[in-house]
Amino acid sequence: MDIFLWYLFWAVAIGIFGWVFRFTGRKVQWPSDRLNVYFRDMPLMVGIGFVFGLVILYVVFHYYFIDKSTFFRWAVQGFLIFAIASWLFLTLGKHVGTQATRKVFRQMPLTASFGILIIIIYAILSVFAGVIAPYGQEEIFEKINVLPGGDPALGGDPRFPLGTDQLGRDLLSRLIYGGQNTVGIAFITTILAFLIGATFGFLAATLSGWFDQAVSRVVDALMAIPQLIFALLLLTIATAWAGSNKELITVYMVVIIAVLDSTRVFRLARAVGFNIVVMDYIEAAKLRGENLSYLIFREILPNAYAPLLAEFGLRFCFVFLTIAALSFLGIGIQPPLADWGTMVRDLAQFINFAQFSPHTAALPLMAAGAIALLTVAVNFVVDWMLHKSSGLKD
Amino acid sequence: MNNDQLLVKIEKIVIQGVSDEQWLPIINSVDLHLNRGEVLGLIGESGAGKSTLGLAAMGFARDGCRISSGTVKFDGIDLISADAQTKRSLLGSRIAYVAQSAAASFNPAHKIINQHTEAPIQHGVSGRSESEKDAIELYHRLRLPTPDEIGFRYPHQVSGGQLQRAMTAMAMSCRPDLIIFDEPTTALDVTTQIEVLAAIRDIVKQFNTAAIYITHDLAVVAQMADRIKVLLKGDEVEESDTDSMLKNPQKDYTKSLWAVRSFTREEKPLASKEEMPVVRVRNVTAAYAKIPVLHNVSFDIHASRTVAVVGESGSGKSTVARCITGLLKPSEGAIEFDGVPLPADYRQRTVEQLKQAQMIYQMADTALNPRKRIREIIGRPVEFYLGLRGRKKEERVRELLDQIELDPDKFIDRLPSELSGGQKQRIGIARALAADPKFIICDEVTSALDQLVAEGILKLLARLQDSLGLAYMFITHDLATVRAISDEVVVMKDGRVVEAGGKTEMFTPPHHEYTSLLLSSVPEMDPNWLTELLEQRGVDNIGDAAIDRMNQA
Repeated sequence: MDIFLWYLFWAVAIGIFGWVFRFTGRKVQWPSDRLNVYFRDMPLMVGIGFVFGLVILYVVFHYYFIDKSTFFRWAVQGFLIFAIASWLFLTLGKHVGTQATRKVFRQMPLTASFGILIIIIYAILSVFAGVIAPYGQEEIFEKINVLPGGDPALGGDPRFPLGTDQLGRDLLSRLIYGGQNTVGIAFITTILAFLIGATFGFLAATLSGWFDQAVSRVVDALMAIPQLIFALLLLTIATAWAGSNKELITVYMVVIIAVLDSTRVFRLARAVGFNIVVMDYIEAAKLRGENLSYLIFREILPNAYAPLLAEFGLRFCFVFLTIAALSFLGIGIQPPLADWGTMVRDLAQFINFAQFSPHTAALPLMAAGAIALLTVAVNFVVDWMLHKSSGLKD
Repeated sequence: MNNDQLLVKIEKIVIQGVSDEQWLPIINSVDLHLNRGEVLGLIGESGAGKSTLGLAAMGFARDGCRISSGTVKFDGIDLISADAQTKRSLLGSRIAYVAQSAAASFNPAHKIINQHTEAPIQHGVSGRSESEKDAIELYHRLRLPTPDEIGFRYPHQVSGGQLQRAMTAMAMSCRPDLIIFDEPTTALDVTTQIEVLAAIRDIVKQFNTAAIYITHDLAVVAQMADRIKVLLKGDEVEESDTDSMLKNPQKDYTKSLWAVRSFTREEKPLASKEEMPVVRVRNVTAAYAKIPVLHNVSFDIHASRTVAVVGESGSGKSTVARCITGLLKPSEGAIEFDGVPLPADYRQRTVEQLKQAQMIYQMADTALNPRKRIREIIGRPVEFYLGLRGRKKEERVRELLDQIELDPDKFIDRLPSELSGGQKQRIGIARALAADPKFIICDEVTSALDQLVAEGILKLLARLQDSLGLAYMFITHDLATVRAISDEVVVMKDGRVVEAGGKTEMFTPPHHEYTSLLLSSVPEMDPNWLTELLEQRGVDNIGDAAIDRMNQA
């Protein structure tokens, strides 16, 4: 109850200060006319927002400089570094390149440039993992459980800047290879899901009638079962079939996740397709006597790119998270292949040391952070693309 | 001028719109003044800035637009520098707005009368029950059918013309000093339009409300306005009172607007009985699911002739087109092409049969695939029907672009979004021509276009008919278009052919009752036309009321 009253007190105080802020802003004669008008037309919530922002700034300042909470400091530093990097990237994009790309960058928000930057970095790391990674993903060294940081006094080792795991494998190398495996497999799975889902979705929209009914009901049935549970069930069966062939398990996993995720793609493609099919140009093409494949691939598909591309980004995140989750549970990507989900699971117990040794607890958090960062980045880009394709302006 | 009478004064207003990161002017330094109780007509083509100027009179600029300089004074209050509070207290209570599409502007989730009473309650003008009483009173005055209960329906339960009147009533709810009508009748049928016009004119006079009436239809503005201002691309062309503007326009542009309606073609003699018609619609009866739409419809279309199919929305004229193209199977009757019956379903027709009948659509925006270049849009039928490829295809596409008077070098690689409305419609025509057909269905091809542009399209169609011997089926609700281009006319109502015959015959009395209603509902350029018509026919014998009466008889 106490804490509740405390919150209430703060809420009221911020409200009052917000009102005072606006009131003084109105009383003061600002040198510029625009400021005068700005304060005059300011809604109360904006005034409160200003005060609230100030409070947040103070809290950040407090934890960073006075409380010196290690994880918080890392988070703030990471945030600032990424913000500066994406701003630099954005500025670079505005001044380098052709007229068209410059224009794209000029209209791009900072979040989108952050997302694109991260995706580019991930892509480079994944593609050139073999060159960039200092060691192999399966290479085992004698020193186990080296802490990240590279400082021998804190249990680190300059040879392994991010430390080693319980078996003595270099974590930096495994993180980089993990990107290749996890992201690569997720990418293939998503493409497969789109091939299946979009084709059936557009077919359902064009043919409608019994075909649409039949496919849609099958999809409904698939969607009715919780996805992760269903995937687990199917994978268990697949593991039994595959026997000791570990690569086959991965192939089965790709197909299973692709089919399950294609149901969502189907829904979208069907809905988008139905909106396009009623257009007069489709009617004109039908009356011309065009066949089904021309209708779908030449008339409908070009008009569905924008929503499908946005869905692709989003779907990629879900697939990627599903794979990480399955690997975490031990039935996804199989060892010794490095994979972020598996890495989180293997190192999970170190999170218990967070209070007295932040560096130890950082071990599982690095892989988890890699997953989180990519998910956030992709979502930023997708948001921006959706915003652009829907023609929404601020 | 008496200053007490002055209500709105806009001086040297410049409005800019953002496009491609640049602020471009939409309105260049236009003045406007409006006295109490006066109606000002704003006319111009689409893109002339008439709606933008109308909204500026409320001190409002749409998203992506800004008022960059100039002043707007409403009753002495400077609307541009006024704070949000002041504006809020004016809008809805002293200034009201009636939008083009009432159906899209009402909230479909609330009853009409609840939306009506919102403004008076919000502004503290009156309480709920008073305001409801007043609403019903206004519905009476606007001659809405069953005025006591119509307000308690939801918007979708009421027809378009009635909604437009309900919206006018809503604008009147606080007895504003100024109402801005933004093309209130453009989306309506002629017979409905006349009712709405009469109602608006009446009520504006009764309450001595000032109004800005925005439209592109000259004949409509002639009925409504005391003064007319002509806009062209954000500039004022001229302004004067209605009479002198109609009789004696000063500027060339205005004269060209006035001259549009003079385009007519010689009527060709009716084809002889023995001649084989290109298309024969024979006793067609058709239904959507179980709802019957067409009843025993028959007519012939001969080579080099234009048959105009006229009727209100819902009369079944587009359904006939769907039967001819094979999109809808008639339950009885058949379509014959050159004397040979066509399969009812387009999927069973041969490519040769499909090639002979082409279609041009009303909305060029949705008729052209927005992701394809003109080269492909026109090139595809050339390739598909005539089997031309490579250079021969390209040559044919260029030839077609020449035929529709668009420069091939300039247009062949454009996307539809890079064309104006009229140009898009021309591409639609070229696509139909690309098949080298004998017969083209033109479904309301000019109704979405400005009058000058529409005239250009009609002339093009006429020229193509003369040089290629095409047969046209011209679906329209605009009788001016019919008068301009048709040889024969088929009047449809409720899925039946009411009257059919040659053009001259159709436009000379005696008519079928419905035809005469249609004909008399087309606004004319004479400012006294509406007044005289109301005297002639009586207030209760126009529009929907007249049709109801006809249906009962």
